[in-house]
Amino acid sequence: MSDITAPAYRVIPIIPALKPGAMEGKGPFVASDKINEAIGFPGQLVEDWHDRAIARMGELLSKYRSLRVFMDACVHCGACSDKCHYFIGTQDPKNMPVARQDLMRSVYRRYFTLPGKFFPKLVGARDLTREVLDEWYNYFHQCSECRRCSVFCPYGIDTAEVTMAAREILDSVGYGQKYSNEIIGKVHKIGNNLGLPAPALIDTLEGLEEDVKEATGIDVRFPIDVKGAEVLLITPSADFFAEPHIDSLIGYAKVFHATGTSWTLSSMASEAGNFGMFIGNYEQLRKIALRIREVALELGVKRIVVGECGHAWRVAYSFWNTLSGVGEGADPNDKFAQMLQKQLDHRYKQPMHICEFTWDMIELNALSFDKEANDKHIITFHDSCNVARGSRMGDFAGGQFDIPRNIIKAVANNFVEMSPETTRERTFCCGGGGGLLTDDLLELRVKGALPRMEVLRQVADEHGVNFMATICAICKAQFTKIMPIYGFDRRMVGGVHQLVSNAIKLGDK
Amino acid sequence: MASVIFASLFYFATLALVVGLLYRINVYARTPSPLKIPTTPAPTTKGGVVLRMAREVVLFESLFKASLWIWGLGWLFHASLLLVILRHLRYFTEPVWGWVALLQPFGLYAGFTMLLGLCGLWMRRLFVERIRYISTPSDHLMLALLIAIAVSGLLMQFAVHTDVIAVKGFFLGLMSFDIRMLPADFILYLHLLMVAALMLIFPISKLLHAPGIFFSPTRCQTDNPREKRHLAAWAKQLESESIK
Repeated sequence: MSDITAPAYRVIPIIPALKPGAMEGKGPFVASDKINEAIGFPGQLVEDWHDRAIARMGELLSKYRSLRVFMDACVHCGACSDKCHYFIGTQDPKNMPVARQDLMRSVYRRYFTLPGKFFPKLVGARDLTREVLDEWYNYFHQCSECRRCSVFCPYGIDTAEVTMAAREILDSVGYGQKYSNEIIGKVHKIGNNLGLPAPALIDTLEGLEEDVKEATGIDVRFPIDVKGAEVLLITPSADFFAEPHIDSLIGYAKVFHATGTSWTLSSMASEAGNFGMFIGNYEQLRKIALRIREVALELGVKRIVVGECGHAWRVAYSFWNTLSGVGEGADPNDKFAQMLQKQLDHRYKQPMHICEFTWDMIELNALSFDKEANDKHIITFHDSCNVARGSRMGDFAGGQFDIPRNIIKAVANNFVEMSPETTRERTFCCGGGGGLLTDDLLELRVKGALPRMEVLRQVADEHGVNFMATICAICKAQFTKIMPIYGFDRRMVGGVHQLVSNAIKLGDK
Repeated sequence: MASVIFASLFYFATLALVVGLLYRINVYARTPSPLKIPTTPAPTTKGGVVLRMAREVVLFESLFKASLWIWGLGWLFHASLLLVILRHLRYFTEPVWGWVALLQPFGLYAGFTMLLGLCGLWMRRLFVERIRYISTPSDHLMLALLIAIAVSGLLMQFAVHTDVIAVKGFFLGLMSFDIRMLPADFILYLHLLMVAALMLIFPISKLLHAPGIFFSPTRCQTDNPREKRHLAAWAKQLESESIK
């Protein structure tokens, strides 16, 4: 891996020339029999993969309006063609969103449309051959499902939906990805993506209590599996041990402490992440989400709050209510959804993002800060794709942009925005989202980070920015790994609640 | 003879267009959206969604954000096409509606701006490497067809005139199932043939982007998943099947 170097910065805004085949055969490791079978997929590529893949595609077309409309509506206008960070970084034309969709659209046209059946060449229709299937595996694992292309498409075509469908088809014929499927197995078996068993978790939390006591002299608790707590915090498991994630976990704990909120973590649902979304599998998405309902019922909590994790927040905000009835309108025949509805306190948003929680408390004047504690930082904010384009915070459209920034400005003095072409809904993915945060894709990850690194370099040079805050576990892990390759200090990246943690005054109110 | 052939062709093309589109729209409408996937920030109310859709359909808002060139050429073509089509209403109404009469001079210029937009779009497709890469033969043919329709129409207006009174008679006749004489002009035949071809292609091609946008979940969903539960029928089925 040492031979991977950062691509050169572009003279902004030049669109790269095409390098066909640049990323061919650079997909991730394929899942083993054991990994696939553990989550109910065929162990390896099945004999009749062709027929099963086409049948599965037909099924998905009838279950998902998004896929059905997106397959038909594209006019090849090219609006999306220069919008993907992986295309910008790799120059491989198949990483243009439209070309990525066309890998599937060509097959759709061949098997599901009249012109494709009779005049395949004319409309760019192709048989689903083994080569095409391999191409799917390769390029649908070079999409981080970040939805940036969907912002610019005149019909709102979202490549993420196509990628999810492709991965679902691949899984259904036994051609799954090792990284994502292994992680889903761990969630079911152990409770979190990293495979941290409960005793290790409890041990870590005790250590954290000691660390915080040492640093502040105050007994900040990190409770776990506490029945009757007010708040259940569901956070990405990286928060328990990875740097810089853990500093944000300390931040959440301090906010709960300072506001006198009783809270708890859960050992069984010690993971906010939901890789079921990445592989486009509704059943897995649902099953992973239902763990949280189960734990919430078991612990009798009144509120569910989600920690700093991008795709987890998309799943929690946009999908949890659908999947588990956490917010409103539980099915009258669904006993557990009914129980959850009665138990939760609906004066609050369910679920709530930790940034919404903290910002509410700041607005209520329940927290006070020593902003000078963050004076060593000149801070910028990287919008995480799933939060920016797949969710919301607060009561108005765009709250997901303003609330984290408001918190930063409340706890620190120096804040600088990056280029508006790369923030808010136009933000670039970190390069590691969507189930691609694995070392077998390191080259892709480094190249995909290019557009973000370009503008970070700009604000670092012009304004001396030395801290990039973000609210996603994947962003944090990806940036700490690839930023040194671009010549940045890995400690430049951190969470919003890390800044909160630095500045918060404990035992003040 | 030609009149009978063209009459049957237009009856068939109209039927195919209407039935084909209704079938497609029905498929889109019946296919459920199991999850809330609006591209955010998205409107939080139904009224907001109506406004968002109106901006998309009338102004091509997202395309505007993406690329001024494609937006400019695309919008010019579509707006011109709309004017041209409205102008053609005069061939189907007797007496001609007042506002259609008012539109006539604008519709005339729109023929040229439509051609301009189409040529610009084709230039992009031919000379921008990325767009050339993603273009299929049908993408080029579609532009060629539209350009040929525009050119033949303009030719009849400005160079080789045809008997428009008779053309109008033919179409008014069609509407009351009375086949009347169509002027025997080559360019007119060509123009009508290509328009019929466009109508036939519409429901089985990328022209489905027109009805498609109204069913695009990333644009037409309301951003209110926490406030209101969204559940597809097949997903609800899973619910009653599971214990927890």
